[in-house]
Amino acid sequence: MNFDDTPQEAAFRETARKWIEANAPKELHGELSKSSLGRIRLANHDIVDVGKAWQKKKFEGNWACLHWPKEYGGRGATPIEKVIWQQEEGVYGKLTQPFQIGEGMCGPTVMAFGSEEAKRRYLPKLASGEEIWCQLFSEPSAGSDVAGLRTRAEKKGDNWVVNGQKIWTSGAHYSDYGLLIARTDPNVPKHKGLTMFFLDMKSPGVEVRPIKQANGMQEFNEVYFTDVVIPDSQRLGTVGDGWNVSLTTLMNERMSIGARLATGVPEMFEFCSDLMLEDGLAIDDPAVRSKLASWAAKSNGLKYTSYRTISALSKGERPGPENSIGKLVSGMMLQDIATYAMDLQGAAGVLTGNDEETAQGQFQQMLLSSPSMRIAGGTDEILRNIIAERVLGLPGDIRVDKDVPFNKIPTKGR
Amino acid sequence: MNFDFSDDQKQLRDQARKFLTEKCSPKAVRVVLDGKAPYDKELWKGLAEMGFLGVAIPEEFGGAGAGHLELCVIAEEMGRANAPVPFSSTVYLAAEALLIAGSDAQKKKWLPAIASGEAIGTLALFEGKGNPAPKNVKLTAANGVLNGVKKPVADGAIADFAVVAARAGSSGREADISLFLVDLKAGGVEVKNLTNLDPTRGQAEITFKDAKAEPLGAAGEGWSILTQVLDRAAVLCAFEQVGGADRALEMGRDYALDRIAFGRQIGSFQAVKHMLADMYVSATLARSNSYYGAWALSTNAAELPEAAAAARISATQAFQHCAKNNIQVHGGMGFTWEFDCHMYYRRANAMALGLGSLTYWEDQLIDRMRKKNAA
Repeated sequence: MNFDDTPQEAAFRETARKWIEANAPKELHGELSKSSLGRIRLANHDIVDVGKAWQKKKFEGNWACLHWPKEYGGRGATPIEKVIWQQEEGVYGKLTQPFQIGEGMCGPTVMAFGSEEAKRRYLPKLASGEEIWCQLFSEPSAGSDVAGLRTRAEKKGDNWVVNGQKIWTSGAHYSDYGLLIARTDPNVPKHKGLTMFFLDMKSPGVEVRPIKQANGMQEFNEVYFTDVVIPDSQRLGTVGDGWNVSLTTLMNERMSIGARLATGVPEMFEFCSDLMLEDGLAIDDPAVRSKLASWAAKSNGLKYTSYRTISALSKGERPGPENSIGKLVSGMMLQDIATYAMDLQGAAGVLTGNDEETAQGQFQQMLLSSPSMRIAGGTDEILRNIIAERVLGLPGDIRVDKDVPFNKIPTKGR
Repeated sequence: MNFDFSDDQKQLRDQARKFLTEKCSPKAVRVVLDGKAPYDKELWKGLAEMGFLGVAIPEEFGGAGAGHLELCVIAEEMGRANAPVPFSSTVYLAAEALLIAGSDAQKKKWLPAIASGEAIGTLALFEGKGNPAPKNVKLTAANGVLNGVKKPVADGAIADFAVVAARAGSSGREADISLFLVDLKAGGVEVKNLTNLDPTRGQAEITFKDAKAEPLGAAGEGWSILTQVLDRAAVLCAFEQVGGADRALEMGRDYALDRIAFGRQIGSFQAVKHMLADMYVSATLARSNSYYGAWALSTNAAELPEAAAAARISATQAFQHCAKNNIQVHGGMGFTWEFDCHMYYRRANAMALGLGSLTYWEDQLIDRMRKKNAA
């Protein structure tokens, strides 16, 4: 048991470190370091602009999407090399936010199901950041039950005509391409009538509308499709096999979202170390210490769980199921920590501005944003189902709509 | 990075599991649970023969000289089997105290006897209510004899010797505390068995009346040695707790697959599935924290105090969580003496207190994190 790199890993780390040292946008280091709660705030720059610049530089240096094959814009790196790169990239990794869905979900799906021509055309530009991709899966009536989606694609000659609506699409407003799953046959059970496509987001009939979220920010969109034409050459997988294709994407989603998780513990520790309560520092208060220690132990547990995963990768083994707990634990913890920090602030905790009493409102922002952590990329409940079924081997839910043609499934609760 | 046990260590774990499955069935545990024996003597003998008692004791003192990672994998299996033997008292506490602070003569006298299963040892620290703290040590040491009462002492009624924390000075400082070795079979020692949460591991009250004692470690360094012993034992106990948590989770999972209600396996209800998924989460966090503790323990790293506290907290919470929800999954049957659920519930809650309570270790973790941040 040790934390040392193998000689090859150490050499790789050294190469990566040197390249980053020579090329990273150091002027952004301070601001990126402070953007620790999953919210990137840059005073003078747009994240997409600076992100694209960093992505392009990485691509030219052969560091973008480095675990992809070389012919598609990657470096042919091993999984452990990708982890080492991420460790070395550090805060600059936050600049990759606009590309994560493309790199983590859309790219792998194109790689697995696209034609050779499509792979050579689209993947290198995705890797270089020149073209940004989004994922068009969720719908107003198909969230956790994504196979219940209603967006229709109908075959007209060599093309498909798409009508419907998607929702929760991160980055749709700045994306060039989208990975779209649509219903091509409503007369068969829901999982069997789906097909996967990709499309140009500038296609006529695509309309992107931002969603104002509960936290006041606008990071997601609704995307409407009105008679949007997609050539059959942009179909991924066979007609009716969209559900299987989507599993590739979703499996990658859970892995990539789990990779860089905020727990709120370092912020809370610092806050409690500085906060003066009536009887002294918060961190000297027995009730505060008890909660803080439990959270710290949980957060350490997540960190060392990821080390176990990394070790498996380093040995060339498939990681175990332990990685599946990350988002479930950190999402709830973030929300609990935010609530408790505000409790310690007392009446002033209600303020959300740049007030000194509330440590610049960071926990208020965390409180308002944390519900999304427990929903996006699989709700807490879906994640528990996954652990129960795939890790513990418990039976799947009884699915009353499993063998029913999609167009016979009830659409209203009452 | 290789944050995992080696193949040899995993093989040792399999070997321990196989041995304990054969020699330490729930039926065997129940002999002690029902008060028919103070501990499982046959199992103890077998553990010695397997070399498990001395796995971390150097060869020159009669052990296998393997190391603490090997001890960790065995500890996990001991917890899984709910073994009714004085393993933690003897191996994690008494032997570790001797390894850290014992003179050559003391090591020669006791360590080979521990490894061979001839001597049972324990740590006599607590004096009634409260957590480990110098101020709670009232028992006095003067002129080579001890006077006072220790309670509760784990496995005190079956132990041959004890490491005793005593007050040897009156400065009011930590340096007043020294450690002593006492032969419990010699004069001046009265032992009374106490009833406790987990009858598979006894608790006793030991009264020392002019009991002869020899110093263990330098005078005045008792508390610092004790802190090290508790940290090391916290990691080893965490592995027992992880083993117990895993077993409780498995029992709950198996029952949820077997039991039919409302015409379905109860494991198909989300209320039950989610409860079991949460148990898996706790057990996984505890395992990962314990691995870090094992690394720190085996390398004697500067991170050990923090790693030990985090492992202790995480493992205590996980075992308690899994043991109580295992009963819940079982429903009414889980509340019978006949089903084994309560044995893990008892063990989980007794272990949560043995080295100091959860609150105590939470306090320790915060102090240690602050120390690190300040450095």
